[in-house]
Amino acid sequence: MGTNNMAESKISMIKAGLVLGLFSLVGIGLVSLTYSFTHNKIAENERIFLLKNLQELVPDSLHDNDLLADTIKISNVEAFGQGNEITIYRAKKSEELVALIATPTAPDGYNGSIKLLVAIKKNGELMGVRAVSHHETPGLGDAIDTNKSDWVFSFNGRSLSNLDSKFWRVKRDGGEFDQFTGATITPRAVVKAVLKTLQYYQANKAELTDG
Amino acid sequence: MDSYTQILKNGLWTNNQAFVALLGLCPLLAVSNTVINGLGLGIATTLTLILSNTIVSIIRHHVGNEIRLPVFVLIIASIVTAIELIMNAFFYELYLILGIFIPLIVTNCSIIGRAEAYASKNPVGASAIDGFAMGIGFTAALVILGAMREALGSGTLFSNAHLMFGETARDMTIHIISDYEGFLLAILPPGAFIGLGLIIALKNVIDKRLKEPTHQVVQLPITPKKA
Repeated sequence: MGTNNMAESKISMIKAGLVLGLFSLVGIGLVSLTYSFTHNKIAENERIFLLKNLQELVPDSLHDNDLLADTIKISNVEAFGQGNEITIYRAKKSEELVALIATPTAPDGYNGSIKLLVAIKKNGELMGVRAVSHHETPGLGDAIDTNKSDWVFSFNGRSLSNLDSKFWRVKRDGGEFDQFTGATITPRAVVKAVLKTLQYYQANKAELTDG
Repeated sequence: MDSYTQILKNGLWTNNQAFVALLGLCPLLAVSNTVINGLGLGIATTLTLILSNTIVSIIRHHVGNEIRLPVFVLIIASIVTAIELIMNAFFYELYLILGIFIPLIVTNCSIIGRAEAYASKNPVGASAIDGFAMGIGFTAALVILGAMREALGSGTLFSNAHLMFGETARDMTIHIISDYEGFLLAILPPGAFIGLGLIIALKNVIDKRLKEPTHQVVQLPITPKKA
Protein backbone atom coordinates (compact mmCIF):
# COMPACT_ATOMS: atom_id res chain seq x y z
CA MET A 1 0.00 0.00 0.00
CA GLY A 2 2.78 2.38 0.97
CA THR A 3 4.67 1.89 -2.29
CA ASN A 4 1.46 2.43 -4.18
CA ASN A 5 0.94 5.78 -2.47
CA MET A 6 4.49 6.82 -3.19
CA ALA A 7 4.15 5.89 -6.85
CA GLU A 8 0.94 7.86 -7.02
CA SER A 9 2.44 10.95 -5.45
CA LYS A 10 5.40 10.62 -7.79
CA ILE A 11 3.06 10.57 -10.76
CA SER A 12 1.12 13.59 -9.50
CA MET A 13 4.38 15.46 -8.96
CA ILE A 14 5.51 14.78 -12.49
CA LYS A 15 2.08 15.77 -13.78
CA ALA A 16 2.22 19.04 -11.83
CA GLY A 17 5.68 19.74 -13.22
CA LEU A 18 4.48 19.10 -16.75
CA VAL A 19 1.48 21.39 -16.32
CA LEU A 20 3.74 24.12 -14.95
CA GLY A 21 6.12 23.63 -17.88
CA LEU A 22 3.24 23.78 -20.33
CA PHE A 23 2.05 27.09 -18.91
CA SER A 24 5.56 28.51 -19.02
CA LEU A 25 5.67 27.63 -22.72
CA VAL A 26 2.26 29.21 -23.34
CA GLY A 27 3.37 32.34 -21.47
CA ILE A 28 6.60 32.58 -23.45
CA GLY A 29 4.62 32.06 -26.65
CA LEU A 30 2.19 34.87 -25.81
CA VAL A 31 4.95 37.32 -24.95
CA SER A 32 7.04 36.42 -28.02
CA LEU A 33 4.04 36.79 -30.28
CA THR A 34 3.23 40.24 -28.87
CA TYR A 35 6.88 41.21 -29.13
CA SER A 36 7.08 40.22 -32.77
CA PHE A 37 4.01 42.32 -33.53
CA THR A 38 5.16 45.38 -31.62
CA HIS A 39 8.95 45.63 -31.65
CA ASN A 40 9.16 47.48 -34.96
CA LYS A 41 6.59 49.99 -33.81
CA ILE A 42 8.35 50.44 -30.47
CA ALA A 43 11.73 51.03 -32.12
CA GLU A 44 10.04 53.54 -34.42
CA ASN A 45 8.42 55.32 -31.45
CA GLU A 46 11.73 55.64 -29.66
CA ARG A 47 13.38 56.96 -32.81
CA ILE A 48 10.66 59.56 -33.42
CA PHE A 49 10.70 60.63 -29.79
CA LEU A 50 14.47 61.11 -29.79
CA LEU A 51 14.40 62.89 -33.12
CA LYS A 52 11.68 65.26 -31.88
CA ASN A 53 13.83 66.17 -28.89
CA LEU A 54 16.90 66.70 -31.03
CA GLN A 55 15.00 68.83 -33.54
CA GLU A 56 13.80 71.08 -30.77
CA LEU A 57 17.41 71.96 -30.05
CA VAL A 58 18.79 72.00 -33.57
CA PRO A 59 15.94 72.82 -35.95
CA ASP A 60 15.81 71.18 -39.36
CA SER A 61 16.58 74.47 -41.10
CA LEU A 62 20.10 74.47 -39.67
CA HIS A 63 21.23 71.09 -40.91
CA ASP A 64 20.68 68.73 -43.80
CA ASN A 65 22.02 65.43 -42.50
CA ASP A 66 20.27 62.63 -40.65
CA LEU A 67 20.95 63.41 -37.00
CA LEU A 68 20.45 59.84 -35.91
CA ALA A 69 22.92 58.51 -38.48
CA ASP A 70 25.91 60.72 -37.70
CA THR A 71 26.85 59.88 -34.15
CA ILE A 72 29.92 59.38 -32.03
CA LYS A 73 29.85 57.12 -29.03
CA ILE A 74 32.23 57.79 -26.21
CA SER A 75 32.60 55.82 -23.04
CA ASN A 76 34.64 55.84 -19.86
CA VAL A 77 35.09 59.58 -19.90
CA GLU A 78 35.48 60.96 -16.41
CA ALA A 79 33.35 64.03 -17.09
CA PHE A 80 30.32 61.86 -17.89
CA GLY A 81 30.78 59.30 -15.15
CA GLN A 82 32.77 56.11 -15.47
CA GLY A 83 31.14 53.33 -17.44
CA ASN A 84 28.48 55.53 -19.01
CA GLU A 85 28.31 55.45 -22.75
CA ILE A 86 27.48 58.84 -24.17
CA THR A 87 26.10 59.37 -27.63
CA ILE A 88 26.93 62.58 -29.45
CA TYR A 89 24.74 63.53 -32.39
CA ARG A 90 26.25 65.76 -35.03
CA ALA A 91 24.32 68.26 -37.13
CA LYS A 92 25.92 69.20 -40.43
CA LYS A 93 25.01 71.44 -43.32
CA SER A 94 26.68 70.66 -46.64
CA GLU A 95 29.13 68.37 -44.84
CA GLU A 96 30.09 71.28 -42.59
CA LEU A 97 29.63 70.71 -38.85
CA VAL A 98 27.04 73.08 -37.36
CA ALA A 99 26.42 71.76 -33.89
CA LEU A 100 26.76 68.79 -31.58
CA ILE A 101 24.17 67.37 -29.25
CA ALA A 102 25.59 65.47 -26.29
CA THR A 103 23.58 63.26 -23.98
CA PRO A 104 25.12 63.60 -20.53
CA THR A 105 23.50 62.43 -17.34
CA ALA A 106 23.56 64.50 -14.17
CA PRO A 107 24.04 61.77 -11.55
CA ASP A 108 23.28 63.95 -8.54
CA GLY A 109 19.68 65.06 -8.94
CA TYR A 110 17.39 65.15 -5.91
CA ASN A 111 15.78 61.87 -6.95
CA GLY A 112 18.42 60.02 -8.91
CA SER A 113 19.95 60.91 -12.21
CA ILE A 114 18.72 63.49 -14.71
CA LYS A 115 19.20 62.70 -18.39
CA LEU A 116 20.02 65.76 -20.45
CA LEU A 117 20.45 66.82 -24.02
CA VAL A 118 23.04 69.55 -24.46
CA ALA A 119 23.35 71.22 -27.86
CA ILE A 120 26.62 73.05 -28.52
CA LYS A 121 27.36 75.20 -31.55
CA LYS A 122 30.65 74.63 -33.29
CA ASN A 123 32.10 77.74 -31.63
CA GLY A 124 31.35 76.35 -28.18
CA GLU A 125 28.17 78.36 -27.54
CA LEU A 126 25.19 76.55 -26.06
CA MET A 127 22.18 76.26 -28.37
CA GLY A 128 20.02 74.79 -25.70
CA VAL A 129 19.63 72.29 -22.91
CA ARG A 130 16.72 69.92 -22.27
CA ALA A 131 15.96 67.48 -19.49
CA VAL A 132 14.79 64.30 -21.19
CA SER A 133 14.05 62.15 -18.19
CA HIS A 134 14.20 62.75 -14.47
CA HIS A 135 12.38 62.01 -11.23
CA GLU A 136 12.60 65.40 -9.59
CA THR A 137 9.92 66.54 -7.18
CA PRO A 138 6.78 67.72 -9.00
CA GLY A 139 6.20 71.40 -8.35
CA LEU A 140 9.75 72.02 -7.13
CA GLY A 141 12.61 70.38 -9.02
CA ASP A 142 10.62 69.70 -12.16
CA ALA A 143 10.95 73.36 -13.13
CA ILE A 144 13.77 72.09 -15.37
CA ASP A 145 11.02 70.93 -17.76
CA THR A 146 10.18 73.44 -20.47
CA ASN A 147 6.45 73.14 -19.86
CA LYS A 148 6.91 74.05 -16.18
CA SER A 149 9.29 76.99 -16.38
CA ASP A 150 11.69 78.80 -18.69
CA TRP A 151 14.69 77.98 -16.54
CA VAL A 152 16.60 75.77 -19.01
CA PHE A 153 16.49 78.55 -21.58
CA SER A 154 18.86 80.54 -19.35
CA PHE A 155 21.65 78.36 -20.80
CA ASN A 156 21.02 79.53 -24.34
CA GLY A 157 23.92 81.51 -25.75
CA ARG A 158 26.20 80.80 -22.80
CA SER A 159 29.69 79.51 -23.42
CA LEU A 160 32.91 79.06 -21.51
CA SER A 161 34.27 82.20 -23.16
CA ASN A 162 31.38 84.50 -22.21
CA LEU A 163 30.94 83.08 -18.72
CA ASP A 164 33.91 82.10 -16.62
CA SER A 165 33.70 78.53 -15.35
CA LYS A 166 33.65 79.71 -11.74
CA PHE A 167 30.27 81.35 -12.38
CA TRP A 168 28.77 78.12 -13.69
CA ARG A 169 26.89 77.61 -10.45
CA VAL A 170 23.53 78.49 -9.01
CA LYS A 171 23.23 81.93 -7.43
CA ARG A 172 23.24 80.56 -3.92
CA ASP A 173 26.73 79.16 -4.60
CA GLY A 174 27.89 82.49 -6.00
CA GLY A 175 27.18 81.65 -9.63
CA GLU A 176 25.09 83.01 -12.46
CA PHE A 177 22.12 80.65 -12.62
CA ASP A 178 18.87 80.93 -10.68
CA GLN A 179 17.92 78.20 -8.28
CA PHE A 180 14.29 77.34 -7.66
CA THR A 181 12.40 78.23 -4.53
CA GLY A 182 12.72 75.16 -2.36
CA ALA A 183 14.91 73.25 -4.79
CA THR A 184 18.59 74.01 -5.18
CA ILE A 185 19.90 70.50 -5.67
CA THR A 186 18.21 69.96 -9.03
CA PRO A 187 19.50 73.10 -10.82
CA ARG A 188 22.89 72.64 -9.20
CA ALA A 189 23.14 69.15 -10.68
CA VAL A 190 22.05 70.34 -14.12
CA VAL A 191 24.44 73.30 -14.19
CA LYS A 192 27.31 71.03 -13.16
CA ALA A 193 26.55 68.49 -15.88
CA VAL A 194 26.25 71.18 -18.56
CA LEU A 195 29.54 72.75 -17.48
CA LYS A 196 31.31 69.38 -17.63
CA THR A 197 29.94 68.78 -21.10
CA LEU A 198 31.20 72.16 -22.31
CA GLN A 199 34.61 71.56 -20.79
CA TYR A 200 34.77 68.16 -22.43
CA TYR A 201 33.86 69.72 -25.75
CA GLN A 202 36.54 72.37 -25.41
CA ALA A 203 39.21 69.82 -24.52
CA ASN A 204 38.29 67.39 -27.30
CA LYS A 205 37.04 69.80 -29.94
CA ALA A 206 39.41 68.55 -32.62
CA GLU A 207 38.28 64.92 -32.43
CA LEU A 208 34.59 65.74 -31.99
CA THR A 209 34.32 68.11 -34.91
CA ASP A 210 36.53 66.07 -37.18
CA GLY A 211 35.07 64.09 -40.08
CA MET B 1 -23.74 31.82 -8.29
CA ASP B 2 -23.96 35.55 -7.96
CA SER B 3 -26.06 37.52 -10.37
CA TYR B 4 -24.14 39.81 -12.69
CA THR B 5 -25.52 42.94 -11.07
CA GLN B 6 -24.40 41.60 -7.73
CA ILE B 7 -20.87 41.09 -9.14
CA LEU B 8 -20.84 44.59 -10.58
CA LYS B 9 -22.04 46.11 -7.34
CA ASN B 10 -19.36 44.15 -5.50
CA GLY B 11 -16.57 45.41 -7.71
CA LEU B 12 -17.69 49.00 -7.83
CA TRP B 13 -18.80 49.51 -4.28
CA THR B 14 -19.20 46.77 -1.67
CA ASN B 15 -15.80 45.18 -2.22
CA ASN B 16 -14.03 47.95 -4.12
CA GLN B 17 -10.41 46.81 -4.34
CA ALA B 18 -8.99 50.23 -3.53
CA PHE B 19 -11.43 51.63 -0.99
CA VAL B 20 -12.54 48.49 0.81
CA ALA B 21 -10.00 45.73 0.20
CA LEU B 22 -7.18 48.30 0.20
CA LEU B 23 -5.30 46.28 -2.39
CA GLY B 24 -3.01 47.72 -5.05
CA LEU B 25 -2.24 50.79 -2.97
CA CYS B 26 1.26 51.26 -4.39
CA PRO B 27 0.09 52.05 -7.94
CA LEU B 28 -3.04 53.77 -6.61
CA LEU B 29 -1.11 56.26 -4.53
CA ALA B 30 1.76 56.74 -6.95
CA VAL B 31 -0.10 57.28 -10.20
CA SER B 32 -3.21 59.15 -9.06
CA ASN B 33 -1.68 62.63 -9.38
CA THR B 34 -3.73 63.46 -12.48
CA VAL B 35 -6.98 62.15 -13.94
CA ILE B 36 -5.34 60.96 -17.15
CA ASN B 37 -2.53 59.07 -15.42
CA GLY B 38 -5.09 57.38 -13.21
CA LEU B 39 -7.31 56.53 -16.15
CA GLY B 40 -4.38 55.09 -18.12
CA LEU B 41 -3.24 52.80 -15.34
CA GLY B 42 -6.85 51.94 -14.49
CA ILE B 43 -7.60 50.76 -18.02
CA ALA B 44 -4.40 48.70 -18.18
CA THR B 45 -5.24 47.12 -14.81
CA THR B 46 -8.83 46.41 -15.86
CA LEU B 47 -7.64 44.70 -19.04
CA THR B 48 -5.24 42.58 -17.01
CA LEU B 49 -7.98 41.65 -14.54
CA ILE B 50 -10.46 40.61 -17.24
CA LEU B 51 -7.89 38.51 -19.09
CA SER B 52 -6.35 36.91 -16.02
CA ASN B 53 -9.74 36.11 -14.47
CA THR B 54 -10.99 34.60 -17.76
CA ILE B 55 -7.92 32.44 -18.31
CA VAL B 56 -7.72 31.32 -14.69
CA SER B 57 -11.39 30.35 -14.81
CA ILE B 58 -10.93 28.37 -18.05
CA ILE B 59 -8.09 26.31 -16.64
CA ARG B 60 -9.43 26.01 -13.10
CA HIS B 61 -10.22 22.28 -13.40
CA HIS B 62 -6.95 21.35 -15.06
CA VAL B 63 -4.48 22.80 -12.62
CA GLY B 64 -3.69 20.91 -9.45
CA ASN B 65 -4.05 22.62 -6.11
CA GLU B 66 -0.31 22.53 -5.36
CA ILE B 67 0.77 24.46 -8.43
CA ARG B 68 -2.16 26.82 -8.87
CA LEU B 69 -0.39 29.88 -7.48
CA PRO B 70 2.74 29.60 -9.66
CA VAL B 71 0.49 29.04 -12.67
CA PHE B 72 -1.59 32.14 -11.81
CA VAL B 73 1.61 34.18 -11.44
CA LEU B 74 2.85 32.92 -14.81
CA ILE B 75 -0.42 33.83 -16.50
CA ILE B 76 -0.60 37.30 -14.93
CA ALA B 77 3.05 38.07 -15.69
CA SER B 78 2.65 37.05 -19.34
CA ILE B 79 -0.49 39.15 -19.75
CA VAL B 80 1.09 42.22 -18.16
CA THR B 81 4.22 41.91 -20.28
CA ALA B 82 2.10 41.70 -23.41
CA ILE B 83 0.05 44.75 -22.33
CA GLU B 84 3.24 46.65 -21.58
CA LEU B 85 4.56 45.95 -25.08
CA ILE B 86 1.27 46.99 -26.65
CA MET B 87 1.17 50.26 -24.68
CA ASN B 88 4.78 50.92 -25.56
CA ALA B 89 3.86 50.49 -29.21
CA PHE B 90 0.59 52.42 -29.37
CA PHE B 91 0.52 54.86 -26.42
CA TYR B 92 4.19 55.70 -26.25
CA GLU B 93 4.03 59.00 -24.39
CA LEU B 94 1.55 57.72 -21.83
CA TYR B 95 3.78 54.69 -21.46
CA LEU B 96 6.71 56.99 -20.69
CA ILE B 97 4.71 58.70 -17.93
CA LEU B 98 3.29 55.56 -16.35
CA GLY B 99 6.73 54.00 -16.72
CA ILE B 100 7.53 51.51 -14.02
CA PHE B 101 3.90 51.19 -12.92
CA ILE B 102 2.89 49.16 -15.96
CA PRO B 103 5.18 46.20 -15.19
CA LEU B 104 4.27 46.69 -11.54
CA ILE B 105 0.66 45.77 -12.34
CA VAL B 106 1.98 42.23 -11.84
CA THR B 107 2.42 42.98 -8.18
CA ASN B 108 -1.02 44.51 -7.75
CA CYS B 109 -2.38 42.09 -5.16
CA SER B 110 -5.94 42.58 -6.30
CA ILE B 111 -5.17 40.68 -9.51
CA ILE B 112 -3.90 37.47 -7.96
CA GLY B 113 -6.43 38.09 -5.21
CA ARG B 114 -9.35 37.89 -7.67
CA ALA B 115 -7.77 34.94 -9.48
CA GLU B 116 -7.54 32.99 -6.24
CA ALA B 117 -10.68 34.16 -4.46
CA TYR B 118 -13.07 34.27 -7.40
CA ALA B 119 -11.93 33.07 -10.83
CA SER B 120 -10.54 29.74 -9.60
CA LYS B 121 -13.96 28.83 -8.18
CA ASN B 122 -16.42 30.33 -10.67
CA PRO B 123 -17.47 29.86 -14.30
CA VAL B 124 -15.83 31.82 -17.11
CA GLY B 125 -18.60 34.37 -17.72
CA ALA B 126 -18.95 35.36 -14.09
CA SER B 127 -15.18 35.52 -13.69
CA ALA B 128 -14.76 37.82 -16.66
CA ILE B 129 -17.51 40.08 -15.31
CA ASP B 130 -15.86 40.01 -11.91
CA GLY B 131 -12.54 41.06 -13.45
CA PHE B 132 -14.30 43.85 -15.32
CA ALA B 133 -16.18 45.05 -12.23
CA MET B 134 -13.11 44.98 -9.99
CA GLY B 135 -11.08 46.74 -12.68
CA ILE B 136 -13.67 49.46 -13.17
CA GLY B 137 -13.94 49.89 -9.42
CA PHE B 138 -10.17 50.31 -9.21
CA THR B 139 -10.17 52.68 -12.20
CA ALA B 140 -12.91 54.75 -10.58
CA ALA B 141 -10.81 54.99 -7.43
CA LEU B 142 -7.79 56.11 -9.44
CA VAL B 143 -9.81 58.68 -11.37
CA ILE B 144 -11.61 60.09 -8.32
CA LEU B 145 -8.39 60.39 -6.34
CA GLY B 146 -6.64 61.73 -9.44
CA ALA B 147 -9.31 64.38 -10.00
CA MET B 148 -9.13 65.44 -6.38
CA ARG B 149 -5.35 65.74 -6.38
CA GLU B 150 -5.12 67.36 -9.79
CA ALA B 151 -7.81 69.94 -9.05
CA LEU B 152 -6.30 70.83 -5.68
CA GLY B 153 -2.68 70.49 -6.69
CA SER B 154 -2.53 72.15 -10.08
CA GLY B 155 -5.98 73.66 -10.55
CA THR B 156 -6.67 71.67 -13.71
CA LEU B 157 -8.56 68.56 -14.80
CA PHE B 158 -7.76 66.27 -17.73
CA SER B 159 -4.37 67.83 -18.39
CA ASN B 160 -2.26 65.79 -20.84
CA ALA B 161 -5.44 64.24 -22.26
CA HIS B 162 -3.76 64.19 -25.68
CA LEU B 163 -1.45 61.44 -24.46
CA MET B 164 -4.40 59.11 -24.43
CA PHE B 165 -6.94 60.49 -26.88
CA GLY B 166 -4.68 62.03 -29.50
CA GLU B 167 -3.94 65.59 -30.50
CA THR B 168 -7.60 66.62 -30.74
CA ALA B 169 -7.94 66.15 -26.99
CA ARG B 170 -5.40 68.86 -26.18
CA ASP B 171 -8.27 71.27 -25.53
CA MET B 172 -9.94 68.92 -23.08
CA THR B 173 -7.90 70.34 -20.24
CA ILE B 174 -10.13 72.26 -17.86
CA HIS B 175 -8.53 75.08 -15.96
CA ILE B 176 -10.65 75.39 -12.88
CA ILE B 177 -8.86 78.44 -11.63
CA SER B 178 -6.65 80.45 -13.93
CA ASP B 179 -3.22 81.46 -12.61
CA TYR B 180 -3.53 78.91 -9.85
CA GLU B 181 -0.39 78.79 -7.75
CA GLY B 182 -0.69 75.08 -7.06
CA PHE B 183 -0.98 73.23 -3.81
CA LEU B 184 2.05 70.99 -3.72
CA LEU B 185 0.92 68.73 -0.89
CA ALA B 186 -1.91 67.38 -3.02
CA ILE B 187 0.47 66.24 -5.77
CA LEU B 188 3.09 64.74 -3.47
CA PRO B 189 2.67 61.28 -1.89
CA PRO B 190 1.27 62.55 1.44
CA GLY B 191 -1.57 64.15 -0.52
CA ALA B 192 -2.39 60.73 -1.93
CA PHE B 193 -2.63 59.19 1.53
CA ILE B 194 -4.72 62.04 2.92
CA GLY B 195 -6.98 62.02 -0.15
CA LEU B 196 -7.48 58.26 0.03
CA GLY B 197 -8.28 58.53 3.72
CA LEU B 198 -10.89 61.20 3.11
CA ILE B 199 -12.53 59.21 0.31
CA ILE B 200 -12.68 56.06 2.44
CA ALA B 201 -14.17 58.08 5.29
CA LEU B 202 -16.79 59.52 2.94
CA LYS B 203 -17.63 56.06 1.63
CA ASN B 204 -18.07 54.77 5.17
CA VAL B 205 -20.38 57.64 6.00
CA ILE B 206 -22.50 56.88 2.93
CA ASP B 207 -22.56 53.17 3.78
CA LYS B 208 -23.69 53.95 7.30
CA ARG B 209 -26.48 56.20 6.05
CA LEU B 210 -27.62 53.48 3.65
CA LYS B 211 -27.64 50.87 6.36
CA GLU B 212 -29.89 52.89 8.64
CA PRO B 213 -33.52 52.01 8.17
CA THR B 214 -35.28 54.46 5.92
CA HIS B 215 -36.52 57.29 7.97
CA GLN B 216 -40.13 56.96 8.79
CA VAL B 217 -42.17 59.36 10.65
CA VAL B 218 -42.88 57.53 13.81
CA GLN B 219 -44.89 59.08 16.48
CA LEU B 220 -43.10 58.46 19.66
CA PRO B 221 -45.05 58.86 22.80
CA ILE B 222 -43.77 62.01 24.28
CA THR B 223 -43.96 62.52 27.89
CA PRO B 224 -43.89 66.21 28.45
CA LYS B 225 -41.26 67.25 30.84
CA LYS B 226 -42.46 68.80 33.93
CA ALA B 227 -40.87 72.04 34.69
